Amino acid sequence: MSTATAARAKAPGAPAKKRKMTWPVVLLLIAGALVLFSAVGMITDNHSLTSSGQVTAALSAAVPIGMAGLGGLWSERAGVVNIGLEGMMVAGTFCGAWGGYLVNPWFGLVAGMIGGALGGLLHAVITVTFGVDHIVSGVGVNLLIPGICAYVNRIYYQDYISAGAGANQSPPADPLPYITIPGLSSGLKDIEAHHWFLVSDVAGVVGGLVTNISVVVLLAGALIVVSYFALWRTVFGLRLRSCGENPTAAESLGVNVYKYKYLAVITSGAFAGLGGAYLSLVAAHFYKDGQTNGRGFIGLAAMIFGNWMPGGLAMGAGLFGFTDSLQLRDPESVHVLILVVAIAMVLLAAWHLYRRKYTATVITLVVSAGLFVWYFTTDEVQRPLIVATPYVITLVVLSLASQRLRPPKADGQIYRKGQGK
Amino acid sequence: MTSPKPAAKPSSAKRFDGEKILLALAAPVLAVVLSVAICSVLLATSGKNPFDAWNVMITYGTKSDGQVAILNRSTTYYLAAAAAAFGFRMNLFNIGVEGQYKVAALFAAFVGSQVDLPSFIQIPLLLVTAMLVGGLYASIAGLLKVFRGVSEVIATIMLNAIAVAIVGLLLVPGIFAPEKSGSSNAIQTAPVSESSHFFAIDTDGGPLYGFLFIAILVGVAFQFTLNRTRFGFDLRATGRSESAATASGVNVKRMVVTSMVVSGALAGLIGLPELLQNSYNFGQSFQAGLGFLGISVALLGRNSPIGMAFAAVLFAFLDSTGSQLPLQGGFPFEIVPVMQGTIVICVVVAYELVRRYGLKRQQQKVGAELAAQAAAAAEKKEVSA
Repeated sequence: MSTATAARAKAPGAPAKKRKMTWPVVLLLIAGALVLFSAVGMITDNHSLTSSGQVTAALSAAVPIGMAGLGGLWSERAGVVNIGLEGMMVAGTFCGAWGGYLVNPWFGLVAGMIGGALGGLLHAVITVTFGVDHIVSGVGVNLLIPGICAYVNRIYYQDYISAGAGANQSPPADPLPYITIPGLSSGLKDIEAHHWFLVSDVAGVVGGLVTNISVVVLLAGALIVVSYFALWRTVFGLRLRSCGENPTAAESLGVNVYKYKYLAVITSGAFAGLGGAYLSLVAAHFYKDGQTNGRGFIGLAAMIFGNWMPGGLAMGAGLFGFTDSLQLRDPESVHVLILVVAIAMVLLAAWHLYRRKYTATVITLVVSAGLFVWYFTTDEVQRPLIVATPYVITLVVLSLASQRLRPPKADGQIYRKGQGK
Repeated sequence: MTSPKPAAKPSSAKRFDGEKILLALAAPVLAVVLSVAICSVLLATSGKNPFDAWNVMITYGTKSDGQVAILNRSTTYYLAAAAAAFGFRMNLFNIGVEGQYKVAALFAAFVGSQVDLPSFIQIPLLLVTAMLVGGLYASIAGLLKVFRGVSEVIATIMLNAIAVAIVGLLLVPGIFAPEKSGSSNAIQTAPVSESSHFFAIDTDGGPLYGFLFIAILVGVAFQFTLNRTRFGFDLRATGRSESAATASGVNVKRMVVTSMVVSGALAGLIGLPELLQNSYNFGQSFQAGLGFLGISVALLGRNSPIGMAFAAVLFAFLDSTGSQLPLQGGFPFEIVPVMQGTIVICVVVAYELVRRYGLKRQQQKVGAELAAQAAAAAEKKEVSA
């Protein structure tokens, strides 16, 4: 899908070192990963990692993270760092549940987006108009919005106890529809049950993509693609990104920097709000204090993991969603994952050897050996370790690739109209 | 324009200074007033009488038990603010105070439960343990920033999440928690030894944490380090302009790691008042969110030791007296976070506006002086001609 966009992020000055992630390469990697997963599945006789249930769970866990990340992408592409995503998500959960209960869940989605957009507007007023440091403003937004939502929730729903409201919980809303492609889904289920090498695994993954998918998941996927085209294929997007790269130059060419920054941050809030509304309308059917549980921050990490590009962001959200969903599954299947990673590391070491990077080969081999030892000496993985994995991976990726990552040039800088004169 | 008289210069400079102080005070006062107004409207629209609510809070705040509770709470808040502010002073955003204090408190609780030395060794040992663990944990972000160019904001956000996992991993029966923790379901470390208990002062309103003195000490050391030592000068210089600091011979990389470690070490102290004076163990219900609260207090107090003291007392007042709201009159406690949030947002905007206004005033003043000088020179020429 949009993974090909990662190819566009060229590190300036080092074009020879970095190979392009072209379509064939990406497809080859995906195929290789599938072969690896199915081989390990055969060896250990545990096929749960590629089961349709796992894929569905990962996808639904990835949506709120991906939407928060998409919000971060819009905002940072216009040069405004948005730590306040978490607060905007909370606004989305609250407004989403409110609209979902009072009118219908579709209206709830819209209400969630509007709620998040209002949070974005607040952040924009503070950072763009008043020129306050972006991180400072974000911390303030994260403090204020959850407070307001908890307060309004407590006051507003006290007469709705009979409808199912609790002290810090809203009454439940109706569910949104799920989509299952009838013939395909059941057919794939049959193939998956046979545990044929590779075929069943592919059937499991595809089956997960066509069974019990919430409409919001589809909407989220569409929004990521639309965002790519809006930001990289239109005049509007070029101008918006120019505000994040060099606002002075943009202004000299007649771009209204403030307007674009406002639009970007408000859009950012709306996407974060949609992610929040997903939590309170699809993942659960009610608003609850502390429901977002730091997903706004994770979304930001997913976006940075993806090098400020939509395709990378989608991959990052997928990774976080996958590990997030692993928490809910049996510890044995997570244990199998260690073996997968260990074998992948051996392959990576071989690749490094082929490229004559000997230190990298040694390091990868050592890590791999450690993983093998871990796999054979234990029977299961403690849950906190699974929880921590995506964060550790993000830190490792950032520390290994931060020279290759390229954030917008004026990201986080305060810009005042006419300062270039 | 009147012609400048040398004698008038100092007095005008003094007047400007007075104005500066007035402006600096105006921002936080304005923010608090605005926030009270917003929350009054919020309370009124939800059918509660705001004046009754403020009355409940002020009544509790003037009682001696309320005051002790406020001071005890502000001790913790002040330490949290100092930890955040130390990084802020050199433009280093240590968002990871939250994770650093959790990990530090966990290790301090474990050491305190395993070791039983005389108090005068035990307590310093626990202080050092907590500061060491907090500093080490923060150093990860500092080193990543210096050697790998990873933004400290993102690194510390990741480390906050990893800290939660570390606590979850270690705080299990058989590792840091005792094998059989009685009948209760809550998992917690064994209580720290008797000798680890920090002294408290008995007052009419209950025990006043002796940690208050540690907090005051931290404030004094903070002020001294920043304003009276070379390290503090380098730190502030790096915060103002990294390139200028580099040009004047400051090793910016070392400064980043050092201040990150100091910030983390201060963060290590945050959990100790609770650990050594109240709960005596570290459990799953150990207070969370202090790191972000500390950042807010530091912003409100403009990262200055005195300002943060007022800010810490204000936030502690709101939190302590706010807890009385549901008990007396059925007001929701949730109004307190709303107030704190509006105060922080109003105050950062107000500071920025005041800064711009001050800058404009300064420019006007300098412009006027220059114009007057030019006019005087022209007059002189005319006279001599």
